[in-house]
Amino acid sequence: MAIVKFTLNHQPVTVQSDLNRRLLDVIRNDFNLKGLKEGCGEGECGACAVLINHEIVNSCLFVLANVEGKEVITIEEFAKTKRFTVIKEAFAKMGAVQCGFCTPGMVIATESLLHKNPHPTEMEIKVALSGNLCRCTGYNMIVEAIQEAAKAGEGLW
Amino acid sequence: MVKHIIPDTLSEALKYLYQGDFQVFAGGTDLMVQNRSWSETSIEFTKNMLYCFNLQELKGITAIDGRIEIGAMTPLETIMNHPDVPSLLSEAIGEMASPAIRHIATLAGNIGNASPAGDSLPVLILYDAWVELRNMAGFRMILLKDLIIGPRKTVMHPEEMIVKIVIPKHRFDFERFVKVGGRKADAISKVSFAGAVDIEDGKIADLRLTFGAVGKTVVRNETVEGAWIGMTISELKNGIWRLIDMYDPLILPIDDQRSNKHYRKTVAINLLRDFVDQL
Repeated sequence: MAIVKFTLNHQPVTVQSDLNRRLLDVIRNDFNLKGLKEGCGEGECGACAVLINHEIVNSCLFVLANVEGKEVITIEEFAKTKRFTVIKEAFAKMGAVQCGFCTPGMVIATESLLHKNPHPTEMEIKVALSGNLCRCTGYNMIVEAIQEAAKAGEGLW
Repeated sequence: MVKHIIPDTLSEALKYLYQGDFQVFAGGTDLMVQNRSWSETSIEFTKNMLYCFNLQELKGITAIDGRIEIGAMTPLETIMNHPDVPSLLSEAIGEMASPAIRHIATLAGNIGNASPAGDSLPVLILYDAWVELRNMAGFRMILLKDLIIGPRKTVMHPEEMIVKIVIPKHRFDFERFVKVGGRKADAISKVSFAGAVDIEDGKIADLRLTFGAVGKTVVRNETVEGAWIGMTISELKNGIWRLIDMYDPLILPIDDQRSNKHYRKTVAINLLRDFVDQL
């Protein structure tokens, strides 16, 4: 057991736990934040994505030992921002959500991209989404939604 | 019970490595999958773990005296976007995993994991990259080509760790990296290929060819490469069947869950032929 301190959704938190746990389980079980999902559990699907220091990572591959001192943002906190509202409306408008299991991860991937690159090309969007699987939409609608969000949210990123 | 240690300095980390049986943990994206257990349970590491996240000495990229030095704890995405990093390496990293993994994973981890399908390896070996290993007593430099001797096997001693990767600066006249996988992202290679050529006064001055995932280690043969130095590109093109014959006995892939040896061999030879065609 060890003590790990980090910032979760802008709040300083302390976890007393084994260091060899996945950040995914810590967030879902210790903090009861269930927006991120476990899909594949091996870094291939992106359903467990969170922002760490404002970059997308797979929380299933992120060991708790590595979280000390870092800033973690989950979909629950991001959902309070104006940028999220723009992304949400763009996803709705373009039909980029069907079952919704992948959507929290897709939204985190979108924010990670637009934060660094507010005017991405179609190829840059595809690269940014390359670690997120969606079995419903066929991806085209998600790419279009991100193009729409970048346009509608001009100046927010 | 295995121990979990997060040292704050490199010298502290090396002291732990000297004392006992520790597994160095860089980004951990391979180790987390290799040792994972049931959903919602802790990762079942079988060795004492040495987490290197706080070792500031191992982070960052510097360009000095005709070489690039990449700290062992630098994430792949940072390396990929750095202006001094050779373009072929950036290209290969761009084909590895996904942004969500590249923000965590490291080049040192790709080397230490020593998979025959490690995607950075054919490019690093093509560039004649060196690896700096450290232990409590000091350091040694070893060519990456000599470091990895088989699947998951290196010549590193248990008390040593990778601290940096050193790449000689070189701009080739023509270079290429191709990865063949099940899909464009998050795929482990079935076959990979890297090639580079320098031409001086119409003649081949340097030729380097590497093949990944078609043998126990990356295939590179300097004798075969050297046989074409001083020839023209059209002599190389006309000699393509001789070149293929030279590589035929060196490319010895296996069947596994991702592909089979027949496919791998055919594709590796086709990639070589296509590289020469494009010159």
